Amino acid sequence: MRWKRVNLVVGTAIVLVVVVTALVSYVWTPFDPERISSTERLLGVGENGHMLGTDQFGRDVLSQIMVGSQTALFVGILAVGIAVVVGIPIGGVAAARRGWSEDVVMRMSDVIYAFPPVLLAILLVAAVSPGIGPAMVAIGIAYVPIVARVTRGAALSVFERDFVSAARTYGRGKSYIFIRHVLPNIASVLIVQITVLFALAILAEAALSFLGIGAQPPRPSWGRSLRDAQTFIQLSPRLAVWPGLAIAFTVLGFNLLGDGLRDALDPRLEVRRV
Amino acid sequence: MTLLEVEGLTVATTSGTVLVDGVTFSLDRGGRTGLIGESGSGKTLTALSIMGLLADGLVKSGRIVLDGEEILNAPDRILNAHRGNSMSMIFQEPMTAMNAVMRVGRQVAEPLRIHRGLSADEAGDLAVELLGAVGISEPARRARAYPHELSGGQRQRAIIAMALACGPSLVIADEPTTALDVTVQAQVLNVLRSRLLSTDAALLLITHDLPVVAGITKDLLVIEDGRIVDRGPTRRLFDSPQHPSTRRLVEAVPPMSRRGEVPLKASSTIATDPIITARDVSRSYRLRRTRIGEPPHVVRAVDGVDLDINRGETFGIVGESGSGKTTLARLLIGLNRPDTGSIVVDGTDLTTSRDLRPLRRLAQIVFQDPMGSLDPRLRIGEIITEPLRALKIEGNHRDRVAEILEAVALEPDVVDRYPHEFSGGQRQRIAIARALAPHPKILVADEPVSALDMSVQTVTLDLLAKLKDEFGLTMIFISHDLSVVHRICDRVVVMESGRVVESGFADDVFRSPAEPYTRRLVASIPRLDGTFPA
Amino acid sequence: MYVARRVGVFLISVVVASALVFSVMSILPGDPAQVMLGTQATPESVAALRAELGLDRPIPVQYLDWLAGVVRGDLGTSIFSGQDIAAQIGSRLRITVPLALMAMTMTVLLAFPAGVYAASRHRRLGDGIVTTVSQVGLAIPAFWAGLILVSVFAVGRGWFPANGFPGWAEVGKALRALFLPALSLAIVQGAIITRYVRSAVLDTLAEDYIRTARSKGLSRPAALWKHGLRNAAIPVLTILGLQFAALLAGTVVIESVFVLPGLGSMLLQAITRRDLLLVQGGALVIVVLILLINLLVDLAYRFIDPRVAQQ
Repeated sequence: MRWKRVNLVVGTAIVLVVVVTALVSYVWTPFDPERISSTERLLGVGENGHMLGTDQFGRDVLSQIMVGSQTALFVGILAVGIAVVVGIPIGGVAAARRGWSEDVVMRMSDVIYAFPPVLLAILLVAAVSPGIGPAMVAIGIAYVPIVARVTRGAALSVFERDFVSAARTYGRGKSYIFIRHVLPNIASVLIVQITVLFALAILAEAALSFLGIGAQPPRPSWGRSLRDAQTFIQLSPRLAVWPGLAIAFTVLGFNLLGDGLRDALDPRLEVRRV
Repeated sequence: MTLLEVEGLTVATTSGTVLVDGVTFSLDRGGRTGLIGESGSGKTLTALSIMGLLADGLVKSGRIVLDGEEILNAPDRILNAHRGNSMSMIFQEPMTAMNAVMRVGRQVAEPLRIHRGLSADEAGDLAVELLGAVGISEPARRARAYPHELSGGQRQRAIIAMALACGPSLVIADEPTTALDVTVQAQVLNVLRSRLLSTDAALLLITHDLPVVAGITKDLLVIEDGRIVDRGPTRRLFDSPQHPSTRRLVEAVPPMSRRGEVPLKASSTIATDPIITARDVSRSYRLRRTRIGEPPHVVRAVDGVDLDINRGETFGIVGESGSGKTTLARLLIGLNRPDTGSIVVDGTDLTTSRDLRPLRRLAQIVFQDPMGSLDPRLRIGEIITEPLRALKIEGNHRDRVAEILEAVALEPDVVDRYPHEFSGGQRQRIAIARALAPHPKILVADEPVSALDMSVQTVTLDLLAKLKDEFGLTMIFISHDLSVVHRICDRVVVMESGRVVESGFADDVFRSPAEPYTRRLVASIPRLDGTFPA
Repeated sequence: MYVARRVGVFLISVVVASALVFSVMSILPGDPAQVMLGTQATPESVAALRAELGLDRPIPVQYLDWLAGVVRGDLGTSIFSGQDIAAQIGSRLRITVPLALMAMTMTVLLAFPAGVYAASRHRRLGDGIVTTVSQVGLAIPAFWAGLILVSVFAVGRGWFPANGFPGWAEVGKALRALFLPALSLAIVQGAIITRYVRSAVLDTLAEDYIRTARSKGLSRPAALWKHGLRNAAIPVLTILGLQFAALLAGTVVIESVFVLPGLGSMLLQAITRRDLLLVQGGALVIVVLILLINLLVDLAYRFIDPRVAQQ
């Protein structure tokens, strides 16, 4: 039991730190993250007041990492938002209607499932242009089948429960039943899934920006910082450390939060009787 | 000579909740003892303690001596040599107790390979013999099958074969027939008894279902809240129970399950005044295709059924699993439409009227599983008022809820609590309250007591009977359990494979069944007097 | 029958996937010819390129034409290099596929023992360590792991080449060049699969048939080995299939870290060169590979789970 609490507490703490950092960075960073200085290039940790040093253009690494959290959260919210808004109704309809419509929906989602986010992003970027917009849409679309499947799977088992049959006997329609009876009962599954997808979306954005097809300058991004650092990896491997740590820290936070929520929300763990 | 001695066995959780409390008993070589009690009384934990298979995180103390050897705290190495060899266990759920991805023969042969060191071929041949001995036809072919290719009864026979493979001196059977249909139960019990009689194995038979132990065991232990509260010869405890707990358990057994001869009920007179008339009703199901392109599999769930249900009577639909009884009931109140035939409910022809919504007010259902029939996320008050809102019933809903809660004997303050805070019997009463809230004329009770303990069954059945009179209901009562149906129903139909094979007054049908199938059903019921099913 | 049906589903999926790839490139706002030539291009040159590419025809006709080519193994020629696209992809696959297989092998070698070990030590120290390490591994971006591995083992120690691929002429050298890229992928994938293996084994250990096996006299490890693993393999196989897709996508990124001339770096080059037909072909090949893996996983079920075989 204690282990599970640890996940929840540590996860929540990390996520809070990231969120607060992102909010603070809108109004304050130690230095202007975009300020280029030819005299302060590649400073070490703590030199000239730069707590994490500077990069090859003399920009403050800490400030860049702080503003990078804005992009990470932004991408997470939008990509997961797309996946949820599209995926939950699709999964719900598939579970409620069964029959051929379910077959078609699930087969379609199988096919989209075969498109990894990075590949979808490459396609979209090739067709439109590199940027955070197409990248987010691609990640969101790629996660739609995941949300739809999770929703359908969980909803199917709820639809088979007797309280749904009971609601049918007093004349409730399937969409009402889905919203009133099924959704609340699968909410914990969905919340856990959403948290995990959030972590995955942050990883995907980092990868796309690393490849140069995600966030474009001047938008700050941990992934793009790593792309810049790669060029200097022989000269200053240190530059590759901080943005990577930031990504890993944030993703770890969301994953722990997801695990903690799962353990806390799972109703089987808490069966009290009078 | 004593084979097994259990002394002061105590099982507790790490947080200190005592689940089994100082259980003491002994079992002679070749002895046959029943351990009876309601769910949660500690029966299964006692059995698992003897086998040394308690889940991690449970603390056990006391002494268990098998054949002179202390085994309670013996290391796994020692226990492994005993398990499946000198002692073995038969579990309740034959589907999940077998490994789905291993052939039946190999699973039956496994104890022989472990303890007798036989080769795969030798053990395999013996396994086929064992399967034959427990009455499985074509044992060689079944041995090559996987568990899902066997019926429930065959699987349980295979598990018995597995447990008896090495000729154990102790066999523990934990609710071995609870998951089976009554006719299958009778066969499996017979196999278990006859196989045991041919060896000198001792049996510890664990069940909540008293008649099941009556024909097999000589002695009884009654367990309640983890304590043995009564013990003695089976006959004496069943014929003249002294201890209040034993008496309560015995009294909860329906009359029909008591003696070989079916007792006559108090006669009831019902005027012929049909509220439901069904003529030649059929309904087929296409089993959902698992993949596009696969031909759909069609099952005739209800096949040409005619019946009339009179206003104010309790009408029983009885049959084994898959006989179509639930489907029929759902057709009768318009939840599903029949493929062919006509159904008229209270003057409304279901087959012609397009709008079935008025029917929703007319008929409500109570389901089997009190856990699954209440939305765990809603408060009791919301659960009971939801039908009122859905059916747009006027009036003060709060008063209606208070009135209905009183009728089902629940306190008015339950409205703010959630389903998980209640016991199974209480939950079933909440489900009944929800069904009665819109004041329906017809109540369908679909196996309403099957998931409940025996003593709770009695209380719930009495409550249903009382409410039927109070609310002027017509009740359609569906069950696989003949004695429950006999107890509560005025008239019954017996269903087999979607057809009605026999119908009439409950007494007539059960006391002098005309059809061979009904006769077989009635004969299969285990009786408290030990008249063993034929 | 099952095999035929499953292959049928695969073929339909391939057609649907090709339609998706094609429509992303064709229906989205933006004229491919314009995209290829850039914003400075004159309307005349754009029109000329449209005609040359056949873009002036109706979209369904274009699609069917492309699909007919795909069926014949003809993916067209690259607008940038004039090379045959199918041949180009073929040579790139000779790096990407071995890389993915090597990473998968490492993943399995890492994850199976770790997952089974953790499950067998449930709630004890060993479980805690494996769970924590895998939790951290789950959070690391594979490309970052690559960068760190490069700076430690290639730049720092020189044990492995930092980037590039010497070709398959010398197999030893080629494998050495692929080792770090595969390891970077396997660290992340291994963490994921470890968790799935652990929970699948734990679920299995709680099953009734394990209790039955124990009641026959099998020790806990023996019951797990003889009865549990094959059952636990069923959900793990599903995950392996799905993760193989993630792994193929991962190669795209990792190839860029280690400058390997595989399919992924080809796709990225194609984007910068605005070589749309090449992107289209490369994406289709990756998706078909993933669908193929799904097909193989489904067919493999028949050997593991008799209930599937009977359907």
